[in-house]
Amino acid sequence: MSFLSNYIKEVYGAVKSLLTGMKLTGYYFTHPKENITEEYPDNRATLKMADRFRGEVVLMHDEQNEHACTGCSACELACPNGTIKIINKFDITPEGKKKKAIDAFVYHLELCTMCNLCIVACPTDAIKMAQTFEHSVYDRRLLTKQLNKAGSKIREGVE
Amino acid sequence: MLSIANILNSFDVWLNKLLNPTLVMLVEMALIAIFAIALFAVLGLVLVYLERKVSALIQIRKGPNRVGPFGIFQTTADTVKLIMKESFMPDSADKFLYKTAPFVVMITAMLLLAPLPFAEGVQIWNINIGVFFITAVSSLSVIGILMAGWASNNKYSLLGAMRSGAQIVSYELSAGMAILSIIVLTGSLNLQEIVLSQKDGWWIFKGHIPAIIAFVIYIIAVTAETNRAPFDLAEAESELTGGFHTEYAGMRFALFFLAEYINIFIVCAIGATLFLGGWMPFHIGNWQAFNHVMDFIPSSIWFFGKTFGLILLIMWFRWTFPRLRIDQLLNLEWKYLLPISMFNLLVMTLIAIKGWHF
Amino acid sequence: MHQEIKTTPSGDMVINVGPQHPSTHGVLHLLITLNGETIVNLDPNIGYIHRSIEKMCESLSYRQFIYTTSRMDYLSSHMNNHACALTVEKGLQIEVPERAEVIRVIISELTRLASHQLWWGSMAMDLGALSPFFYAFREREMITDIMEETCGARLTMNYVVPGGVMMDLHPDFQKKVKAFIVQFKSKIGEYHDLVTGNIIFQNRTKGIGMLSKEDAISYGVTGPAARGSGLSCDIRKLYPYATYQKLQFNEILETAGDSFARYMVRMREMEESVSIIEQLIDNIPEGEFQAKTKAVLKLPKGEFYTRIETARGELGVYLVSEGGTTPYRIKFRSPGFSNLSALNHMIKGHKMGDLVAVMGTLDLVIPDIDR
Repeated sequence: MSFLSNYIKEVYGAVKSLLTGMKLTGYYFTHPKENITEEYPDNRATLKMADRFRGEVVLMHDEQNEHACTGCSACELACPNGTIKIINKFDITPEGKKKKAIDAFVYHLELCTMCNLCIVACPTDAIKMAQTFEHSVYDRRLLTKQLNKAGSKIREGVE
Repeated sequence: MLSIANILNSFDVWLNKLLNPTLVMLVEMALIAIFAIALFAVLGLVLVYLERKVSALIQIRKGPNRVGPFGIFQTTADTVKLIMKESFMPDSADKFLYKTAPFVVMITAMLLLAPLPFAEGVQIWNINIGVFFITAVSSLSVIGILMAGWASNNKYSLLGAMRSGAQIVSYELSAGMAILSIIVLTGSLNLQEIVLSQKDGWWIFKGHIPAIIAFVIYIIAVTAETNRAPFDLAEAESELTGGFHTEYAGMRFALFFLAEYINIFIVCAIGATLFLGGWMPFHIGNWQAFNHVMDFIPSSIWFFGKTFGLILLIMWFRWTFPRLRIDQLLNLEWKYLLPISMFNLLVMTLIAIKGWHF
Repeated sequence: MHQEIKTTPSGDMVINVGPQHPSTHGVLHLLITLNGETIVNLDPNIGYIHRSIEKMCESLSYRQFIYTTSRMDYLSSHMNNHACALTVEKGLQIEVPERAEVIRVIISELTRLASHQLWWGSMAMDLGALSPFFYAFREREMITDIMEETCGARLTMNYVVPGGVMMDLHPDFQKKVKAFIVQFKSKIGEYHDLVTGNIIFQNRTKGIGMLSKEDAISYGVTGPAARGSGLSCDIRKLYPYATYQKLQFNEILETAGDSFARYMVRMREMEESVSIIEQLIDNIPEGEFQAKTKAVLKLPKGEFYTRIETARGELGVYLVSEGGTTPYRIKFRSPGFSNLSALNHMIKGHKMGDLVAVMGTLDLVIPDIDR
């Protein structure tokens, strides 16, 4: 007799557990407002990434096309895998002295791991992480970027 | 009145005036064949799309929504892709069996369309042994699956086919017992009579407790028979193989895939006919006014509504439960479903003899 | 297409599972010897994702090598970084400010929660229930959003530096973590409803993959997999680091040793993590978030070892320094490697269908094994 009561208890317990699960999924089925999908390509206008999101490294330029990079190569030394290459040139200052200035800030986006070590290492806060994430290109050479814009020079007073 | 039966009748009369009787019969047979194939094609499209949307809603995401408004052309796009795929055949496969296996499965599904009453007066073949015919023909689909597994000349697909075969054959017993429980109440195997006998209420209500138990057992058994989750170990992706249809690609695979969804429709239609009244609207005993109001909704809508309700239930199962292992599956059948359904049949017979049903 | 089935001399069939397989959670190649349907022997074949992280670290400075460890066990990436930073700090004898320690612990526990949620979703998915995956990710998305706001990245967050953390917390951090805790507490009941109580799930995991306590010790299994067999090995309790000695939390132990026990250990660990975060989130001390260190770090000559508890088990970082600016040799004792070695013992005699249940509860992340 205990076999029969065990059997019935088993069946009852099993059915109850299955129905509890079904109740949960049934709830989600009948409440489509629980949907959490972000409709990505259609919502680009309102999509806002976090401020600190590490997209790619950019060299900040202000309205006079000036930047704050002194060519000190601290970022190049901090980078773990050789993503940044600083090419320097020597300018002649009005006093006649030779001063180091940056010729090209080469940034290999295809190698960058977005570890943020270069941003932290920069002594003049010249570079920062942009929030772009759509980096796909059809030609790999487009990923090797030169970050300093044409005709830009260093701002006065930055050392 | 604009019911389907009347339209078909007047079409038949018009055809008879036009041509001689044998030609009329041939034309009608051809039309029915076209209707069956068209129904299958449309049902396949609709069911696959419905499955994806239902699964998406349960999983709190959107389903297909790019191809066409609300993604309704998604299945068409998938079919076009499958047609364009190379339908290669393994070299050492048994050519005849390999090519005919999908068709065996499809043909059994199509044959089952014959005795089903779709609406009041709409039935392709009204035979006295309707239910017997259905249970007999639905057992034939096992042959198609075993043919597919054997002909692939692949040890894994043979294993998968044999597991599927064992599963289907075992669960047919419980499904048969559940169907028998209703037949005991109706006293007739003729599907049209069964539907008409539910004029004063559906059997699931009139047969109260044993009928509800029979219904639950029937639903579980047909989910297993059609190889649907949670009983789909034979074709689970995270297991070793793809089951009996591993070696099938392109259009042949599409045929198996389609046949699975058609089978679901067929067994849900049978369940709706036997337990939920087929095309009979929801009547309650002798409440004439209520019954008259219910009669306003056309019978074909009742039929398809009930069938799709059951299909939704089976889809609900798939997305909620994990899979059963093959030995747990057979365990469930032989130790739980079969004894309960046999006992249920006994109780139902007692109730029918004593007249303790509504 | 002539098919050759490999057989052993005794007639058993040898089959391959993977390396490309939906349920091995990474590229893992298993050579399984089957007798009919029963598994006789299982041979894991690893190395498909070996990236020589340990060798790479020998040419990187002590600030630079931390980011590579994020990619080892990517689901508990913050904890890997934490372990490396602790080792470097041990070598340099740096005192980490309290605020940095508390921040590190909170984010570690959030990472542990995220890892366990992904484990839960993918385990249910492997067993056939496809919906829990999405429910788990809904909560996990909240955690990764918090990480994105504070650390800047969602998965490989290079946030820990020797001496503290890289940046201070975002002003919204406390608010968002509290909102997450409220949501998580309301949803954990759903997790139990949907999967834990389900009779089918229980039948597939109870009694499967038994691991006794002695076997767990002899194979070196750590983490929730060992705690499911009754072995008390939580590093946060036994060898506390960071601020764990001041916190109140329980070590979850189950004695059954089967898959269901390991499953329950992880579910309860999620609740413990929530209680740890609750203890800390209102009491983050003010202060510096990074200790002052020299620009170029040089560890003195010697060997340094740190062990922490990641979501998978005990991670050990063994650093040998010759006095230069780069490590001479780093060796990581990864939890996944030892856990995988016990798989053969656990799965002997079971059927093929049980393989996913056991591997799911072991919670293997293959990049952790291969490094």
